[in-house]
This record gives sequence, C-alpha cells and structure tokens, in this order.
Amino acid sequence: MKFSLSWLKDHLDTQASLAEIVESLTKIGLEVEHVDNPADRLKDFVIAHVIEAKQHPNADRLRVCMVDAGDGQPVQVVCGAPNARTGLKSVFSPVGTYIPAKNITLTKGVIRGVESNGMLCSAFELELSNDHEGIIEVASDAPIGTRFVDYMGLNDPVIEINLTPNRPDATGVYGIARDLAAAGLGTLKEKPITDHAGSFACPVSVTLDLAAEDKHLAPLFALRLVRGVKNGPSPDWLQKRLKSIGLRPINALVDITNYITFDRGRPLHVFDADKVKGQIVVRRGRAGESIVALDGKTYKIEPAQIVICDDNGIESIAGIMGGEHSGCDEDTQNVLIESALWDPMNIARSGRALGINSDARYRFERGIDPAFCLPGAQLATQMVLDLCGGEASHLHIAGQVPDTKRLIDFPFSEVARLTGLKISSGDMLATLKTLGFIIVSADDRHAEVSVPSWRPDVEGKADLVEEIMRIAGVDNVTSVPLPRLEASVPKPILTLLQKRTRLARRALAGRGLVEAVTWSFVSKEKASLFGGGQASLALANPIAADLSDMRPSLLPGLLAAAQRNADRALGNVAVFEVGQVFRGDGEKDQRMNAAGLRRAQAKPNGSGRHWSGAAGQVDVFDAKADAFALLGSLNVPIAGLQLVAGGPAWFHPGRSATLQFGPKNIIGHFGEIHPAIMEALDLSGTIVAFELVLDDIPPPKLKPTKVKSKLDMPELMPVERDFAFLVDRSVKTADLIKAALSADRTMISDALIFDVYEGTGVPEGKTSIGLAITLQPQERTLTDQEIEAVAGKIVAEVSRKTGAILRG
Amino acid sequence: MSQINELETQTLAAIEGAQDEAALEQVRVASLGKKGTITALLATLGKMSPEERKSAGAAINALKDKVNEALLARRTIVKGAALEARLKSESVDVTLPVREAPIETGRIHPISQVMDELTAIFADMGFSIAEGPDIESDDYNFTKLNFPLGHPAREMHDTFFFNPGADGERKLLRTHTSPVQVRTMLNAKPPIRVICPGRTYRCDSDQTHTPMFHQVEGLVIDKSAHMGHLKWILEEFCKAFFEVPSVKMRFRPSFFPFTEPSMEVDIQCRRSGGEIRFGEGEDWLEILGCGMVHPNVLRNCGVDPDEYQGFAWGMGIDRIAMLKYGMPDLRAFFEADMRWLSHYGFRPLDLPTLAGGLSS
Repeated sequence: MKFSLSWLKDHLDTQASLAEIVESLTKIGLEVEHVDNPADRLKDFVIAHVIEAKQHPNADRLRVCMVDAGDGQPVQVVCGAPNARTGLKSVFSPVGTYIPAKNITLTKGVIRGVESNGMLCSAFELELSNDHEGIIEVASDAPIGTRFVDYMGLNDPVIEINLTPNRPDATGVYGIARDLAAAGLGTLKEKPITDHAGSFACPVSVTLDLAAEDKHLAPLFALRLVRGVKNGPSPDWLQKRLKSIGLRPINALVDITNYITFDRGRPLHVFDADKVKGQIVVRRGRAGESIVALDGKTYKIEPAQIVICDDNGIESIAGIMGGEHSGCDEDTQNVLIESALWDPMNIARSGRALGINSDARYRFERGIDPAFCLPGAQLATQMVLDLCGGEASHLHIAGQVPDTKRLIDFPFSEVARLTGLKISSGDMLATLKTLGFIIVSADDRHAEVSVPSWRPDVEGKADLVEEIMRIAGVDNVTSVPLPRLEASVPKPILTLLQKRTRLARRALAGRGLVEAVTWSFVSKEKASLFGGGQASLALANPIAADLSDMRPSLLPGLLAAAQRNADRALGNVAVFEVGQVFRGDGEKDQRMNAAGLRRAQAKPNGSGRHWSGAAGQVDVFDAKADAFALLGSLNVPIAGLQLVAGGPAWFHPGRSATLQFGPKNIIGHFGEIHPAIMEALDLSGTIVAFELVLDDIPPPKLKPTKVKSKLDMPELMPVERDFAFLVDRSVKTADLIKAALSADRTMISDALIFDVYEGTGVPEGKTSIGLAITLQPQERTLTDQEIEAVAGKIVAEVSRKTGAILRG
Repeated sequence: MSQINELETQTLAAIEGAQDEAALEQVRVASLGKKGTITALLATLGKMSPEERKSAGAAINALKDKVNEALLARRTIVKGAALEARLKSESVDVTLPVREAPIETGRIHPISQVMDELTAIFADMGFSIAEGPDIESDDYNFTKLNFPLGHPAREMHDTFFFNPGADGERKLLRTHTSPVQVRTMLNAKPPIRVICPGRTYRCDSDQTHTPMFHQVEGLVIDKSAHMGHLKWILEEFCKAFFEVPSVKMRFRPSFFPFTEPSMEVDIQCRRSGGEIRFGEGEDWLEILGCGMVHPNVLRNCGVDPDEYQGFAWGMGIDRIAMLKYGMPDLRAFFEADMRWLSHYGFRPLDLPTLAGGLSS
C-alpha cells in the first residue's frame, strides 16, 4: 500500500513531520517498507533561463547555451537537445549534481573543445518519464532559481507500507489516517458524503443469479447510470495523486475509480453503458468461457469464479478486473458505476487461479468494509458529476448489506493479563473509540464493545488487547524475567534420541568426517534404488523432478554430494549426515539415521599421498570402523549385536554386512557401494558407507545407581600364546574367535587376529589366520602343563567348529 | 713403592686414554679384574710380613680407590660423549609435515551447531526440546493453528502436498514448526516450556529461499505468562546467542493467524561490507515473529484460554546462523561443498555451553 504525505494530509490534520509519521506507522503495525522523497533525490535541479543558445563551433548537433540559474551569473553549458533554444525555460543541474537515471555526479567538462558547466535536463534524467527526446520545457513565467521539485509540486514524499493480510481498513489512505489519529498524530478529517437520490431509474438491472448456498459470494451489488458525461483527462490534482503512487492516469472516469480505491480502500468499476447489452447478471463462470481483461490479456474462466455478465457474455471478473470490451474511454458518454461486495476467500482463490494481482483483488481478498459499499457508490457519483458532469439515475441495489455487527465483552484486566501493560480503563476506551469502536456499555471492570464494520479481523477480547497495545506502543511493554518453574539447577531435558543425535554428530566429526545437510527429498529413481519410492511418499507438487520423493536413506544425498565434490577435484571425500528418513507417511514412519561415506583415499587417518606412506584406497573396513566407532561413542552394549554378512541391494553383496540385535531388529548396514548403483547414479571411484537407524538402537539398561560395576584387576601377569590356523576362505573369522573364546571362558581373557594371509605357501581356497590368545591367571601362576592344556582345548574347539588346521 | 707409583701412572693414563665404555672396561679388567695388575699386587700382600703388609696394603688400597674413582669419572665422560654422538646421528627433519588428525578435519554443520547453541541457552531457562514429524496433517499444520479452510494465509505458505491417501486425507510437509506446538499442547498439561527446532519446507526457491529450511519455535503456556516475559526471553536469548553484552530490539505489531496480539521483532545492527554487528548501529533487521497464543489455538488444543495463557515465537535457524556467522548465501547450506563445510563448519569438540561460551 502506497500513498503520499499530502494525500495523507487530505484526511489527517497534523503538524507531525515525515519522520514522526513514518515512525508511528511502524509502531502501530503499519510497517513502513520504503519512503521515497523526490525532493531529496531532485533537490539540486533548478528552473533556469536559456539566455542564449548558439551553434557549437565544432559539432553540428550541439549547442552552446548561456544559462541563468537565478544567481545572476550565467554559466556556459553545452547541450545536445534539439529543443535547446534562446529564451527557453528549462531545468538545470549545476556541477556536482547527482543524476539519478544515469547514476553519475556531474563534473565540469570540455565537450569538443568548449567548456560545459552543468547540464540542461530531460524528464528521463530526472526519472520522471521515459522522454529523453529533448530537455524539459517549463512555462515562461516559471521563477528562475526555484527548485524544480517545488515548482512542479513533486516534493511530496511517498510512503509504502507492508500491509499484513488482516487489515483491509488500511488499504485506503483514510483508514491509515484514522489509525494515526488514534496514535495521537493528529485529527481525522471527517468528510460527509452526499447522497444522490438520482432523477431517473437505472435502466440496467442486476440479478444475483446464485444458488442459495452461494449467496455469500456476492451479497451486494449497487449500480447507477450517470448519463451525458464528458470523459477526458482528469484534473491535475487527481493525476498528481495517482502518479505519486506510480499509477498511470487514464481518463477521468477510470481515474476516479482508482482514486477511491486508494483513498478509501473501496474498489469500484465503471462500464461504458453504451457497450453494455441488456441486463447485468452476476453468476458463477462456466467452463469454456473466457474474457479479455483491462490488462489486454485473455483469461480462462472456471465455475469457481464469479463473473459479471450481460447479453454479450462476461464483461468483468468480479472483484478482480474489468473487461476490455465495456471499459470507459474518451468517448464514453454514459457510465455505469458499480460498487459491489464479494467473498474475500473466493476472490483470493480466483485471483490466485487467474494469476491476477490487481488493486481490487488486494482489497477484496482482505475483506473490505461492507458498510461503505453504498457510500462508496455515492462518493463516486459525486466525483463523476463534479469532473464529468451528467445526470445520475437512482441507485439500483441487488442484495443487501450483510450484518457484520458484533459485540465483544471486554474485561479491562485482559490487557494486563496478556501484555503486562498497566493502562487505565479510560485510556483503553478512548483508544477504542478513536479507532471507531463503539462502547455500548461500560462499568469499572469491563465494557461491551461493538466492532466497526471495517475491522473484520477483530473477533474477540484478545484482538481488543492488540488494538490497545499497538496504539499504546509495544515499546511500553516492560521486560519481566520469566521465573523458573522450580528454584533449582536446571534438570536434564534431552531425550535419549536427542542425546544420541547430538553425540553421533560429534563422534563422526571426530573421525574426520564432515557433516552435510542434504535435501529431505530425492528423485523417484534414487528413492526407488534405496528401498523407497512408494506413492505415499511422492510429493504432489515437487519443486523439481530431482526433489520429488521423500528419502528412504541418507545415502543418495551423500553419494550425490561426494560426486559433486569429486567433480571439483575434491575426490577424497569423507562426509556424514544425521537426519530424518521416511519409511511411510505415518508419523511413526520417520526415523533418525546417521550415515557416512568415504570416497577414494579418504581413510580415517588421513587421505591421499604423504611422505609417511600413502593412505591407500578406502575399503569396507573403514566403513565398519566408522559404524563401530559410532556405536562405541553412543555406549551401545554390543554384546548382543550380530553382524551378518551381506546387506541391502545398494551394497556390494560380498563386501557388506548388516548389524542387528536379532533378525527383527536390524539397526544398520555398512559396505562398499554396489557397482551397479555406482553406474546407475553415475558415480566414480570407490565409495564405502554405513548407515545406522538411531531410533532402533536399543536403549541402555536403566541402573538404580550411578556407581560403576566393580573392577577386577588381577595381580598375576597375563600370558599370550600365538596360533596359526589354516581355514577355508568361507570360514568367518568371527566364528573362529568365538570358538577359541569358548574353549575356556574363565581363563581366556582376549583373542586377537594378528595376521590374515593368502598366497604363497597357503593352499588355494585356504586362508592362514594368526590368532593371539591372552590367558589371565586368576589365583596363581599357570604351569606349563596348564597352558598347554588350554592351548590344546583351543585348537580342538577351533578345529571342531571351523574345520581349521593348526599350521606346523 | 715405585712399582705402585708406576702402576698408578700407567693405569690412570690408560683410563684417560679410553675413548669409549668398552675400552674403559678393558682397562678396568686389566687392572681390577681377576687377573688385573692391581688384583695381582693385592695378592702379594699375603706373603708379606705384618709391617710390610700394613704399609703396602694401605698404598695398594689407596691405588685401588683412586683407579675406581678415575674409572667412574671417565665413564661419565665417555658415556656422555657417546650419547651426544648418538643423538647427533639420530636427528630427523622435524619440519616434515604430519598428517592432520581426524579431529582436526572433521566438521559439524552450522545448523547442527546452532541447534546445540539454542539447546544450551533454552535448557538453562528450563525449556525442553519437542519434536514432531516432517510429514504433517493439514489439521495440525493449519486448521488447529487458526488458519481457516480456504484462507489466503494458507496459500502464502507455498505448501508441498502429497497425493490424497485412501481415506482422502492429503498430507503435507510442514511449512513451519508450529504443528509441534499443537502436538505439545495436546499431549502435555501446562505449565509448558518447549522449543521445537526442525526441518520445514516451502515450495519456494530463490536467492534467499530454499525448499527446505530450519526453524525453531518456542512455546510457553502457564497461568501468568505475558508479553513482558516474552520480551525478556527474546532479549536474553539474543544477547546470549549473538554473544553481545546488550541488544536493542524493536517489537512491531504484526499479524499471524495463530497469535493475538502478534508482533514482529527487529534487532538493531550495523552493516558494513558483508559484516553485521549487533548491539550497535542504526539499521533494523527482522529476525523473528511472536505473539500471545491465539485463544482459538489454545481451545483447538484442549487448553482453556480463560485459565491458561502463553506465548510463542518462531525464527529461522539458518537465518540466525547466517547472521551470527556471516554465511552470505542460504543455498550453500545444502550443497555439501567440502570447501564450504570446512570453512563454515565447526570442530568436533566446539561444544557450545553456557559455562564455556557458545562459540570459541
């Protein structure tokens, strides 16, 4: 919403400065977005007299002018304008002037050998129009030396406010003036509107052809003919008003409707009565209908939209934009003035569907004052009669003014309860009254308040609190410390999952992985490749084809990120994300996952080449190490954790594993990305990854005390024994370790794989495994026989369970 | 006696001439070993008369002591020299660069860091952290929050929708974190003090908008919480978060469907170049929206608006991260460019605490 300061002063009697007005507007909730003061921008441009204009000695198209700018010391200016001539009065900018349109500051110059001190200006250079054919010509009696902005009346600052959707009353300058008056910035000028009864019946009737359940879509429609008008350019004052806010004057009849739209927030429409055929019918649109609107564009009409029709068809889109066909032009002699009411939500939807942002829609969708519908028609009539003459008919009215009257029981204590402000009930009522509320009754504790018709947003007592607070000033609300609920040291507040989510990030970053945040949606193809892609998780209106489906896994986003970095020559990527994934659209289907990947040589202890030894390519064990480091950091008891070879389809089947607490509680996977996935997603290099579902990791057992379990530290020295086993390649080391440990559960304290070897000396299909066993004597030192006995049991158990042979 | 003197001169000279521990040991063995010269001299004592023995014995023992002393002194010297020579030979080029430790190269994303900062501040003020699903119902995202059906305010949210399910219900991606308010009020009895950080989505993309972003919502419901408390919380939050001794804030009346009265909050700042400083300057920067929870919202969530009251606020996590840490472009948050993450990310042990300061 835009208006100029002088326009505001049409309605507000005030001594306040522009700065005070701007500050007050923002303070009362009409946030000033921008103030444009042409007087500031154009302050250096003055009216000047061209005393003499001679041909430039060295250029055919230039003239050398002697210019008097009022200080009695004419200066020489070189000018290229064809209309620069002796005796002309024009606009002059001396050296040092900033030229807005050209973004330059004038300096003294020499043009083709002739000195030039300043510039005679075109309207284009002052950003007043696109006219740069010649310099501005002002009347011969214009006072030399006067600022051009003063002479032209351009010194009228324009204020633009960012209007919230709940304030239809502030879509008109009058409503803004009322708010400022309430805020104490002046007095609202009340201007009575004359009712014109009219001298003959309106020859065009209006039918609201709507079903009973649709009556609210067009509750009221007033129409009046003014015959014998003389249309033409509107008067200067009106044109200036419209131009100041960036509207283009068209002709008096159209300008009147635009003026009242902005002046009173009351959109109107004028039809050229001679172009309207038959009677007017307001109805829903019909499929297949269309209209060429006033903006010259053709719009397809749907049944959801309300249209105004005559025998020609659709003449106007209700509340949004009139039609080109029946618009008023210079030749209009008989005009039909429409002032109607429309349903705000319907206008909002229709405007959006049609893609029209008109000044009418802006107001109707906010819900304009229903009580001003008929006065608006009268005001327009008065202006038409004043500016175009003619004779008015009776006002034809279809429908009726909706009853929006409502009373609010307002306990004065609400203001202090909700805001902490201490305001007397007298001041509260005074504020409400200046805003147009009517105090029906009041005692010392509460009042019965009637809401004015122009405030559809005010529904209850909280709204009245807002009115009082914004006028009193939110700044006057004093900060009050919020007392603690308990006078104690704050209690822990994070849930287990919240703690694990936070810790997971720190743990993974501590392993050199870099945290990324990637989109929650991926392409359908990627979703499908990673176990998702179901219809319930596909967006109906994705912003892009590659952001169409909710992600089933964090890996597609991380893989794409890795490749993007690799394409920028950052190939050794180690990246992770802790974020949500989606198994379905139910609220219990969302999981918090932690996933990480390593690409190329991004090994845990450094990447790429180094004098101390190259990092080498990442492998599945790097991903495994990340996964286990994470579980370890989260203090997950891994005694019951099973590691099953193989993982989901996006992993290499022979280089991946599933982590689970039993087959029904899978908590994640790790592995090398499947070559087929690499190809499908156009990924290069070797990538290993892991993904854990943080929600599915079992919670720790609750313990009644913080005391840690007792620590047993035997005095006796442990004994280490090494074994070399030859096993089939298919034997899992984990089974071998398990077998060894089971040989003597009290004495064996640790089992370590220190060597895995295949190649020379080892038969085809076999692997040599070096196993170190630690024996912990409990009560006395072990004898050689005892050690040999345990060793024998270990070899027997391992052989029995894995088919391993002890190497000689 | 001259024999003893001669032996002493010879032995001490040999000790002095020994260049390393091995040579010194040879000298020791040659003089004090089983077959050593001094040992041999001592052996002669047995055949002497008591008088002779007395004087010779004293002399030989004196020689022995002297030699032992000299051996010890010389050993210290040659050992020191040997160590010095060894150390010299063992020196390496310590300027060779070492590999960076994982804990140096790992990074926490600024959004996670800021969420941890928010947690540190609000946990101290007695707030819990509430969360809700990203896929929401229209009811929780809009209707319960006092957005009437068909209201234009809904459309301003640029909502991502899913296709209607079998029951005809059309789910959506939450456009703000406010549905978590609804869930909290439906599930907990006042007093309520929560913040709700999380991902939010709007079908919008340009320089300053991404289709996914992060918000944090705050909610206080009890029997006396009013706007004065709200102002205090926001002022304290801004000081703590931006780590400045004072901030100047401007509260402007505004409009949101779910609060009444509603306000937008600007923070005073100075902008110069690409930098923003808080607590000084003449510019105002909008950072959040807030207000008293609308009576309709309280009612919709089963809270009696005449018994309970409270306030809520909401702000963009990405936005406050940009303001505090100076990232110029929102879109880069989600591009996972390693250069950006390494530069704007935080170290694994940069743990935001109130005791140690939010940022280092």
